[in-house]
Amino acid sequence: MFLEINNLHKHFNTKTGNLVVLKDINMEIQRGEFICAVGASGSGKSTLLRQIAGLDQPTSGEVKVDGEVITGPGPDRGMVFQHYTLFPWMTVQQNTEFGLKLQRLSKKERREKASTYLEVVGLSKFAKSLPSELSGGMKQRVAIARALASEPKVLLLDEPFGALDVHTKELMHQFMLELWERTHLTVFMITHDVEEAVFLSNRIYALGARPGTVRREMSIKLPERTQHVKRNSTFHDYRDELMEIMRGHGQEALIAA
Amino acid sequence: MSHTEPVDRSTKSLGSTVFWRLAEDIPRPLQTGLMIASIAVPLLLWWLLTTFGSIDPTFLPSPANVITAFGRLWSTGELLQDTVASLWRVGVGFFMAVLCSIPVGVLMGSFASIRALLEPLFGLVRYMPAPAFIPLLILYLGIGEEPKITLIFIGVFFFNSLMVMDTVKFVPKDLIEATYTLGGNRLQTLLQVIFPHVLPGILDASRINLAAAWQLVIVSELIAATEGLGRRISVAGRFLRTDEIFVGLIVIGVIGLIFDLFFQYLLRVSCRWAAQKR
Ligand SMILES: Nc1ncnc2c1ncn2[C@@H]1O[C@H](COP(=O)(O)OP(=O)(O)OP(=O)(O)O)[C@@H](O)[C@H]1O
Ligand SMILES: [Mg+2]
Repeated sequence: MFLEINNLHKHFNTKTGNLVVLKDINMEIQRGEFICAVGASGSGKSTLLRQIAGLDQPTSGEVKVDGEVITGPGPDRGMVFQHYTLFPWMTVQQNTEFGLKLQRLSKKERREKASTYLEVVGLSKFAKSLPSELSGGMKQRVAIARALASEPKVLLLDEPFGALDVHTKELMHQFMLELWERTHLTVFMITHDVEEAVFLSNRIYALGARPGTVRREMSIKLPERTQHVKRNSTFHDYRDELMEIMRGHGQEALIAA
Repeated sequence: MSHTEPVDRSTKSLGSTVFWRLAEDIPRPLQTGLMIASIAVPLLLWWLLTTFGSIDPTFLPSPANVITAFGRLWSTGELLQDTVASLWRVGVGFFMAVLCSIPVGVLMGSFASIRALLEPLFGLVRYMPAPAFIPLLILYLGIGEEPKITLIFIGVFFFNSLMVMDTVKFVPKDLIEATYTLGGNRLQTLLQVIFPHVLPGILDASRINLAAAWQLVIVSELIAATEGLGRRISVAGRFLRTDEIFVGLIVIGVIGLIFDLFFQYLLRVSCRWAAQKR
């Protein structure tokens, strides 16, 4: 097992008492899989990803990557955040190199690797631009290149395309699939967009809210991965089933909120 | 003609709204015009008042009187000597205060422990007006350069530390966490992410506090000094040389303005990314 989440619980101590955000999460992800976790807003998706990234410690349970228990953040798990997190004073090239700089690679190695991954995300031409000069989709692609430059074991994505318009989103989906086919990366992506999850992943974990638990695990087998497949009845079946799960628990969440 | 008229009207109706646009730039020529008027109108009023108002020049000297006084003070070398003396005091005091307050402020902003240790003290001292320290400083340090430089240090250090601390608090947590996920340790994060992120804020805080330092040096010279622009004004006041008071005030203002422009320039060249936002 490549990425393992065992009996993970996460509580927060808040003013109103003990808030159970994640309850008994178990996941198993193989090397090279593209996995999506789908859940409504507030179902604890970001919290879950933070435990995997090591930015936060679970209340109980553990996360293992390649057999090792996670105790803190590290470049072996590349993370793309829900909000834009490029360093505004660095150019696209410098942003992409930054992780390698922190890991003390030589200048030459840094430049070569960063250029390679900028090429992969199709932004070589913008190497000298500042983040403020990029569109939202481009910013997230730089963030992906920055994470990839450290050659991580797994790429963690927290609703990376949530803020993009429908058309840009479709382009980014195409891009993600090409990237995944080319690099055989292990991808763990979080989203509230059911169609996005069905279109991209091999397997989906559907999360229920308050507390966040795994409601259903679903393998996705589609005849093809192009925009046409979205009109296919198999695609619709997967989508409707997931919507049903989310709808049921969405109402609970609303009452709880 | 019939074609140009409607166009004219449309620019006119736009014209009335251009002036009051909320949080938006105004056209370049209008901006330049307003900026010139900001200085030119008071100058013109001053000139009109002294030329046609038959006012006693010891009460309000005319622009010509002031220019003559400027020439007189310049040719004797007194003005330059005073300016250099004041600049030197500000330079040393401000530089030392900024040098100390940047690391202290960054540490206070980054570490809750250091903040808890220092913030109450700094918050208290900040509310003690620096000029109120003058009698103590004269008692401890005499009337040489030390008390004046120390006064500037006190007046800048505490404010600047607290302002730098505030800029550090506004570094997005996401950026710091992104650095950790890229393999950064805490020292790297402090030096390579937090510091560059707050640099424009530090420059801005220092710019504001330089104005305070410049005022403090004048105040300190009003009280005890043998040379300096503040001293020049207080001597001129004693002998009713109002024109020289004006010379002193104008030189003080112009030098302050030059400081400000210099810091704005520094911000633009060193932090292109932040200058764009402003
Ligand atoms: N540090 C914290 N302290 C207290 N409560 C927290 C903390 N972090 C998250 N929570 C709570 O945990 C719940 C889940 O938050 P989380 O950000 O993981 O949701 P999400 O599924 O990512 O939502 P979205 O889709 O809106 O990003 C929320 O109710 C939130 O208030
Ligand atoms: Mg989230």
